[in-house]
Amino acid sequence: MYRYDEFDHAFVRQRANQFKGQVARRLSGELTEDEFKPLRLMNGLYLQLHAYMLRVTIPYGTMSSRQLRQLAIIGRKYDKGYGHFTTRQNIQFNWPKLEDVPQILEDLAAVEMHAIQSSGNCIRNVTSDHYAGAIATEVSDPRIHSEVIRQWSSLHPEFSFLPRKFKFAVTGDATDRAAVKFHDIGIIIKKNDAGEVGGEILVGGGMGRTPMIGKTIRDFVPERDLLAYVEAILRVYNLYGRRDNKYKARIKILVHERGIEEIREKVEAEFAQIQGSSLTVPQEELDRIAAYFADPDFEAFDAEALEAINRELEVRKFENRDFAAWMKTNVKPHKQAGYAIADITLKGIGETAGDITSDQMDVVADLTEQFSLDEMRASHEQNLILPHVKQADLFELWSALNSHGLGTPNSGLITDMIVCPGMDYCALATARSIPIGQEISRRFADLERQYDIGGMKIKMSGCINACGHHHAGHIGILGVDRRGEEVYQITLGGSGDETASVGARVGPAFTADEVVDAIETIVNTYLDLRESPEETFLSAYRRVGLDPFKEKLYAAA
Amino acid sequence: MPLHKNGVQIEDSWTYLGEEESPTLGDRTILSLDQWKQNREQLLEGNHSYGIVLAPLDEVEELRDDLDRIAVIAVTFPTFANGTGFSQAQLLRRMGFKGELRARGHIIQDQYMYLDRCGFDTLETDKENVVEAWKEALSEMTVFGQPSGDDRQPAYLARHAKGNKAAAE
Amino acid sequence: MSAKIVTAYHLRDGDAVFLREDTSWSKDVAEAAVVETAEAEAALLETGQADVTRNIVLDVYAVDVEIVDGTPKPTKFRELLRCLGPSNRTDLGKQAA
Repeated sequence: MYRYDEFDHAFVRQRANQFKGQVARRLSGELTEDEFKPLRLMNGLYLQLHAYMLRVTIPYGTMSSRQLRQLAIIGRKYDKGYGHFTTRQNIQFNWPKLEDVPQILEDLAAVEMHAIQSSGNCIRNVTSDHYAGAIATEVSDPRIHSEVIRQWSSLHPEFSFLPRKFKFAVTGDATDRAAVKFHDIGIIIKKNDAGEVGGEILVGGGMGRTPMIGKTIRDFVPERDLLAYVEAILRVYNLYGRRDNKYKARIKILVHERGIEEIREKVEAEFAQIQGSSLTVPQEELDRIAAYFADPDFEAFDAEALEAINRELEVRKFENRDFAAWMKTNVKPHKQAGYAIADITLKGIGETAGDITSDQMDVVADLTEQFSLDEMRASHEQNLILPHVKQADLFELWSALNSHGLGTPNSGLITDMIVCPGMDYCALATARSIPIGQEISRRFADLERQYDIGGMKIKMSGCINACGHHHAGHIGILGVDRRGEEVYQITLGGSGDETASVGARVGPAFTADEVVDAIETIVNTYLDLRESPEETFLSAYRRVGLDPFKEKLYAAA
Repeated sequence: MPLHKNGVQIEDSWTYLGEEESPTLGDRTILSLDQWKQNREQLLEGNHSYGIVLAPLDEVEELRDDLDRIAVIAVTFPTFANGTGFSQAQLLRRMGFKGELRARGHIIQDQYMYLDRCGFDTLETDKENVVEAWKEALSEMTVFGQPSGDDRQPAYLARHAKGNKAAAE
Repeated sequence: MSAKIVTAYHLRDGDAVFLREDTSWSKDVAEAAVVETAEAEAALLETGQADVTRNIVLDVYAVDVEIVDGTPKPTKFRELLRCLGPSNRTDLGKQAA
């Protein structure tokens, strides 16, 4: 994984120090809250319902055991012994004091981490495929260019006061696990006919109040030109993006109002001016970064050894049903024979999605070191992943995870939901999300039933801003306030993968008491109408549309 | 409004033309883009020294043909959260504007480095202790992630330049 | 008008705080000054606002309350949560104290 050199170290140290100065100026009264707010946000510091909240970035979701241990320490020392993994490969601490934040940033800098641009109207943490570097079908590791973009976007003198926030996602695989079509800029790393690496650039995707699927602005930009191309997009956005209305300020609205053709014309004209300038990242820099993402030292297994490992795993699965269940959903094939990818879902039945205690972080850190070549990932689905586990170690890994409440066998199933913090923590929320998520989790706890339902993504947000990606949920839930009551709108048929679609609203909202029953009705309707157990909820929905669900949901009324 | 260069207050010999006023010759006035458009022929005829003040929605491209005749361009930041002016400045410099590029409006200390990096020469502000603030703002960071038209090298070039290893320290 | 209290956030620790009669801030809503006229509300807000200028608190605003067992209780659920803590973690926040 990427390691800081002296430049990177100096950068985050100086930035932490700069923020320390800003906090001091705020406390002394030199800065008003109006002036300080954008500055603190640009360093991930929010003021939430109960306290300040610090959002720490995990660029492209990759972390080492040392970094995770430091997060555990920060959770204990400055917070209340836990953290929350978000939908954008960040971790949030819910209770820091303003005065402590400079010290937290110093502690983060010591392990090559920071909170730079995890909020604010600037370029946010670059997200990527959480299986990058571990899956067989990948064209090129998307983290190489994610890292290039991270560095370029950090404290960008021109793009730190944009009309609105700006989010990048990069994938290197045709199967999209990074929701690139729902980002301001999505990049799909691919090879052209000549075998050169580059990226397809999508622009204008997003969720929030007005969900939009990103449009391809250029099918292929060679990797050396990627920065020039995205800089051209950002410049066009900074000049023409709307600043008269906060709700129309994202680039998706600009693209929508002006049309992709006009935006493309402007971007291409700007790109023509700056292509080949010092924005061209030299090959030696690409090589330097790529070297950090080269395959770790995988052990080679011959056919005989692999067969023996597999036999052993089969026996273990036969002997231990819980292990078999975990293997069935949480373990994914790896590009290297003899290895596997292991999902650690932070979705224990009835628990708060994405929350993890400092003690559990320490456990995962130990297991990362012991079993995953010292590398782990955080996914936008609020789960953790050990990307490089020897198959022969899977049982031992599972045993350890399971004994610390981290072995829930539900990856990709209905209880593996995305749930934003909602009104329990968030100052923007209009309704609570967490208790609804907990109730859904308990309602569908039965594993056989979860298997029967199959692949299902429920995504829930506690307000229109859609941090919980509800637009992209197979079943999306949006909590809103209706005359002082928390009510929940349901959308169906959303998807954040390469077949991206925005969910359609099924009808009037449900109260907190009704919404879990409504979800159950939707699930049962699907089970009744599917053509075969192989037809997933999303496929069935795409075949039949909203009507059958509407009928069942509102028939009695 | 006091004018500063590198944080130091300097004399400002320019005045902004009022909305209803018409430009007179040779009086070092700064015109809005509209005023300039209305008086362009007249300004081209004489050999006047004049400036332009830009608002965020003004298209800098309109000035392209006249850039070598404009002495000052004042870029407006209506609030510090509106960063359009940084891109306008970048474009003007790239289009070859050699005159004084001035920042005006609501600008905070934490943007001084960005002004410097985007090609601004001067800053209008009535804040006190601008010298100290400017010095502090420009010394906080010595490593940069990106090129910006100034002479500060992005890390991706600096780290591969010979003899540059110590620069970050 | 309905009864109101004045709330804000403490600048240093971000805690939800409530304005007392004596113009100091409490972390406990039970200690909040309750006003029942528009004039009294404006006066209380002004008192609170002065502490924004002094950089003690930020985001001062009035909250509708009802009086339950002699103490003010916000009528809006959001404000009630600010007086308690996250509903999924009753071991945290003011409710845990």
